[in-house]
Formats: sequence, C-alpha cells, structure tokens
Amino acid sequence: MIKPVTNLGKYLMLMGRVFSRPERFRMYFKQYLNEMVQLGINSIGIVLLISFFIGAVICIQIKLNIESPWMPRFVVGYTTREILLLEFSSSIMCLILAGKVGSNIASEIGTMRVTQQIDALEIMGVNSASYLILPKILGLMTMIPFLVIFSIFAGVIGAFCTAWFAGIMNATDLEYGLQYCFVEWYIWCSFIKSLFFAFIIASVSAYFGYTVEGGSIAVGKASTDSVVSSSVLILFSDLILTQLLMG
Amino acid sequence: MIQLNSICKSFEGRTVLEDINFLFDNGKTNLIIGQSGSGKTVLMKCIVGLLTPECGEILYDGRNLLDMGKREKKALRREMGMIFQSAALFDSLSVLENVMFPLDMFSNDTYRDRVKRAQFCLDRVNLIDAQSKYPGEISGGMQKRVAIARAIALQPKYLFCDEPNSGLDPKTSLVIDDLIHDITKEYNMTTIINTHDMNSVMGIGESILYIYQGHKEWEGTKDEVFNATNERLNNFIFASDLLQKVKKEENSKARKV
Repeated sequence: MIKPVTNLGKYLMLMGRVFSRPERFRMYFKQYLNEMVQLGINSIGIVLLISFFIGAVICIQIKLNIESPWMPRFVVGYTTREILLLEFSSSIMCLILAGKVGSNIASEIGTMRVTQQIDALEIMGVNSASYLILPKILGLMTMIPFLVIFSIFAGVIGAFCTAWFAGIMNATDLEYGLQYCFVEWYIWCSFIKSLFFAFIIASVSAYFGYTVEGGSIAVGKASTDSVVSSSVLILFSDLILTQLLMG
Repeated sequence: MIQLNSICKSFEGRTVLEDINFLFDNGKTNLIIGQSGSGKTVLMKCIVGLLTPECGEILYDGRNLLDMGKREKKALRREMGMIFQSAALFDSLSVLENVMFPLDMFSNDTYRDRVKRAQFCLDRVNLIDAQSKYPGEISGGMQKRVAIARAIALQPKYLFCDEPNSGLDPKTSLVIDDLIHDITKEYNMTTIINTHDMNSVMGIGESILYIYQGHKEWEGTKDEVFNATNERLNNFIFASDLLQKVKKEENSKARKV
C-alpha cells in the first residue's frame, strides 16, 4: 500500500515541476513540434490499420450475430458507428497507443536518465522535467483528437469494405444505419475522453522513465510498468468519464 | 575557487563522505582521486548540487550552494560546465546542435552568433569537420571532445569532469587531459576532475585530493604524490607493476646522486 502512495506523491511532485514556467519558450516550442511528429504523426499508420480492420470485423460480427427477420437491416451500421464512436476510437485506440507511445516515452526518457543526459540538462540549469515532459504531454494532447478522427473514418471505411467487396450486406443499409439517430455529442465525448487518456499516457510513461534508477534492465522494466499502469488508469478513468459524460 | 567545509553525506545510515575540507583553486586542474567506491562521484555530485550533503558548506567564490534559493542555484548553474563519464550528448541532436544547446537555452545572441560561437568551440577541440554528424556516428574520444566544447560554450567559471578518460585509449586520454588543462588556463576556470587514471594524476594534477573510504586521506600536487609517505596513497598510486618499477628506478637514481 505504501509503494503506490509513494509513487502517487512522486508523480504529483514531478507534475509540479513539469508545469512550471519554461526557461526559453522557443526551445520548448521546437520540442513541442518534434513531439507532435514523433508521437502523433508517426502513430497515424498503426491507428488507420487497426481501426480499418476492427471496423470491418465489428461489422461482420454484428451482421452474423444479430441477423433476424425482426431486426431492421440498418442496425448493423448503427451499432458499428456507436461502438466506434463511443468506445473503440477513443478508449481502445488509446490503450493501443499506451503500448506504442507510452513505451516509447518511458524508454526514451529512461535511457536519457541512465546515460546522464538528464543530469547534463540539470547541470546546465535547465528544468529537465519540464523540458522533456511538457512538450510530450502537450504534443500528444494536440494530436489525439486527430487520431480519433482518423480512427473513426478508417473504422467506417473498413465497415463499408465488408459491404462493397465481401458483399456481406447492402451498402445502402449500412450507410443509413451509420447516419441513423446521429448524436453529435458522442463525437465530443470521444475527444474529451481521448484528451484525458493522452494526458495519462504521456505523463505516467514519462514519470516511469524519469524515475529510472540503474541500467538497461531498469529501462525495460520502466517501459513495461508504464504501459501496464497507463492502461489500468485509462480503463479506470474511462469508467468515470463515461459515467460523467453519458450518465 | 570552490571551498568545501566539513562535507558529510550518508545513504540510509551508511556514511559515504565524512568531514571533507578542501580548497579547489581557480586556474588550476584540481583532481579528486580514489578507488572505486571511495565516494569521489558522490562528492562531485554534492559539489555540483545533484546531491545535497547533510552537513558542511560548499562555497563558490564565497557563495554557499547549500543556502541558495532556486533562482540563485539556476544562475550559478549557468556558470558551470560539466563533462560526464559517458559524455551525455543528446542523441537526437547533431554535434553542432549539442554545442549550441546551452547557447540556444540561455544566450540572447542572434542565431548567427550562436552558430559562430558553437563552431568556435568545436574548432577549439579540433572537431569542426564533425559538426553535422550525430553522437552515434563519432568515436568515444570525439564524443568527449564534443562534451568539452558544449561545456565551454557559455564560458563557465567552473568546469567539472567526471572520469573524462574512462573507456579511452592512453593516447586519446592524453589529448583529453591536455585539452582540459589548456582550457582551464585559457578561461582561468576552477576545474575539478574526478579520476583514477594515473596518467592524469602525473600529467595534470596541479592539486590533488585523495579520498579513502569517504574521508580526505591526503592532499598535494603531482610532484608530491610521487614521494608521498602515505601508505594508502602509495598502495593506490603504485598498484600497477609499471609504476612500481618507475618508482624503484627513481629511488635508485636518487640514492646514486
């Protein structure tokens, strides 16, 4: 019980250092742009790929499992859209990103710690926590809504492909279902949730990387811990946010 | 100059440094020597402020590091340059960008002036041709020289070197030692070098502090170290067969004279 509380305390203290006034705005902005590319743009490929296939699979599964003469044909499209909008493109996508981006952040900062690059920054008088972590948090939070949009679109295209190429269902029914009872707020819910998740992924992974002590084994452990912890926190906050936003 | 007054430090009840007093003069290459685990690195970390000692004073030209607030500490850090054991260059930046980093962060000069200054520092360490390379593309010795160039970019008053020769061949070690020595004279800096390399001790040890199990065992210069009577120091210095032979030859020559 003591260890999680100690970690929470250390995490909060680190965040206190992260959100302090930057020494040189120009340098932070440069880092911020780099992080947007590294964490956001470089994740577009995997987001599109996974979302495309998951969209297609959701469509096929729903078609196969709820097919009934009593069920309207547009239900497949409607359900696919709701799953993509409400859970997959925000929460599940962020769980996947916790693996890709989170481990990247933890191992990068952890390696900087063990190779004394963080000490070098501190000796120069640079607030290393703020310089290394703040651009990552802001960069990921800036890019995550775009990744959510890409994910939704790729999922919908995947669903359409099952209609166009596999002939599993009629594309017109799918299109009608996708547009049926559309609630714009759900898109905003996805964005709001993803912003929280982006903060969790970047800050928790950075915390584990920044507090590494030892060598390469410790960096590997920090990388694993960061993915596990941010995934658990994403799931837990998903529960709370869904209740708050939809309840 | 940097003055240490009664520095002590312990970790979880285990004393690592005990009552260390020493004066590191400016314009001199000051060496901290000692066996692995003797507390050299902890002392260096205390001096630069990466660790806080439990007692004592660390005076930078009369200003006590341990009494300083955050702002004062930050201002002092801009007067420091440090060369780490692993060089600690930023992997994602080129050699020129590494040297420019402290200038970009703290200097108000124009971009052109910052580039000029960085190139001047790289030229000083004979690495101007490698400016567009990345740390992963250059040798260990070159990385150390880039680290020296980065450390002097802001013309610091205090230079700290943590085992600058580790992992280098003897010839490259001499180049690094000479460079540090020359730069110290050029900028009239207070330079502290943490080492257990005997070539450095004999070559550039203008002032030497020998630490044994966390306390000051001996202090002197490179000329005094050779004839010192301290048994622990002699065991440390003359651990290698080569140096033992040299000492014996020197002693026999002295007897003949």
